[in-house]
Amino acid sequence: MIRVVLPAHLRTLARLAGEVELEVEGEITQRSVLDALEGRYPMLRGTIRDQVTGQRRPYVRFFACEQDLSHQSPDAPLPATVAAGAEPFLIIGAIAGGTGPLWNRQGTQGEYHATKHTFAF
Amino acid sequence: MSSVRVLVGTRKGAFLLTSDGKRERWQVSGPHFAGWEIYHLKGSPADPNRLYASQTSGWFGQVIQRSGDGGQTWEPVGNKFVYNGPTGTHQWYDGTPHPWEFKRVWHLEPSLDDPDTVYAGVEDAALFRSADGGKNWEELAGLRGHGSGPQWQPGAGGLGLHTILLDPANPGRIFIAISAAGAFRSDDCGQTWRPINRGLHSPQFLPDGAAEVGHCVHRIAMNPARPNVLFMQKHWDVMRSDDAGESWHEVSGNLPTDFGFPIDVHAHEPDTVYVVPIKSDSEHFPPEGKLRVYRSRTGGNEWEPLTQGLPQRDCYVNVLRDAMAVDSLDRCGVYFGTTGGQVYASADAGDHWIPIVRDLPAVLSVEVQTLA
Repeated sequence: MIRVVLPAHLRTLARLAGEVELEVEGEITQRSVLDALEGRYPMLRGTIRDQVTGQRRPYVRFFACEQDLSHQSPDAPLPATVAAGAEPFLIIGAIAGGTGPLWNRQGTQGEYHATKHTFAF
Repeated sequence: MSSVRVLVGTRKGAFLLTSDGKRERWQVSGPHFAGWEIYHLKGSPADPNRLYASQTSGWFGQVIQRSGDGGQTWEPVGNKFVYNGPTGTHQWYDGTPHPWEFKRVWHLEPSLDDPDTVYAGVEDAALFRSADGGKNWEELAGLRGHGSGPQWQPGAGGLGLHTILLDPANPGRIFIAISAAGAFRSDDCGQTWRPINRGLHSPQFLPDGAAEVGHCVHRIAMNPARPNVLFMQKHWDVMRSDDAGESWHEVSGNLPTDFGFPIDVHAHEPDTVYVVPIKSDSEHFPPEGKLRVYRSRTGGNEWEPLTQGLPQRDCYVNVLRDAMAVDSLDRCGVYFGTTGGQVYASADAGDHWIPIVRDLPAVLSVEVQTLA
């Protein structure tokens, strides 16, 4: 069982609260987790990665175990603790200048400190 | 008794404003899709409870929402907008070739007679159509493939296809407009297209005075009862065509500026036209700090300022191209929204205005439905 944490706007879009728990077949990678996520929540297709190329959207980042995994291959194995369900796979909306308040509120996202330096909560 | 529903898209969500036919007391619903940019919402003329909304985000891309109950509940539908065939290039701001890239849906235009058919004007400019209620989208690639695409260039807001007019008298005829490529017309349901820009002049940035494409058309409007007559607010000048876009002539007349974004036509008087003059090129606010709608009752050239109820000092908002609409009640109502978050309504064709709401996020679009 894989745990996935979505940013607030995508939780609203998918009409879910809290973490998502997914059964993922085969090797646990970014691609297999996102395939399973989009399979269960089709409205998320295109919001995290391009629907044709599969490329991560520029302002979306992937974190787990206090590491930024955004630039790893989508087919690289995720950390064992994620595969075991001990740690969540975090999908994050990046800080983007002053144009959006997505991550500058105190609140639900504050508990997920992925790195100390990249994002302000 | 008749009622109206005003659909407002803003930088941070959608709002629905409803009133009875008197249009004096309003209920406000929203924000729907809070925090997302809502470029446009529009209802189906064939089924007023069927609404479509373009929900976009710099983080999470494009979502299309559909409602079957007049906006009380919504469901996300298809958001896969893939250009049909080789994408080629358009001009970048510096004049160099730039590949076509989908960014967002600017405008949704439901079919006049089928609630499941809806057109989407997108950035980078192209026209898509769905025939299954927004689940699947197919590009009408004859427009982008018309041949002039490499000469199209983005306006300051991007290379957006922002205007879609469906001709009620000529099934299969569609008018569209792109900033900054110009206006185009199809007579075969969008399969083939040709530019309709004869008479437009843009010497400020187009060295060829008779350029077929490249004009910065901001908006086109028609009265459905007289679809061969079109009115256009261009980056410079207000224009009129009496032959379905075959040729255009200027009708700016005594307007205080040569710039603005929205234009619309009275529901029952085809020669009554509304614009909101704005200062250009870089200021983009009303001249003299006075928010004035200008109305022509003569099909252009002679314009009168409408000021009753609108701020006449220290007003520096803008009114964007999709942010004006008219209802079809006996006394035609006129509505517009501002970048300052006000939505103004007039229940007497523009003579008097009231703010329905004053403090929304910046308004991107306004549409109105007249309900039985």
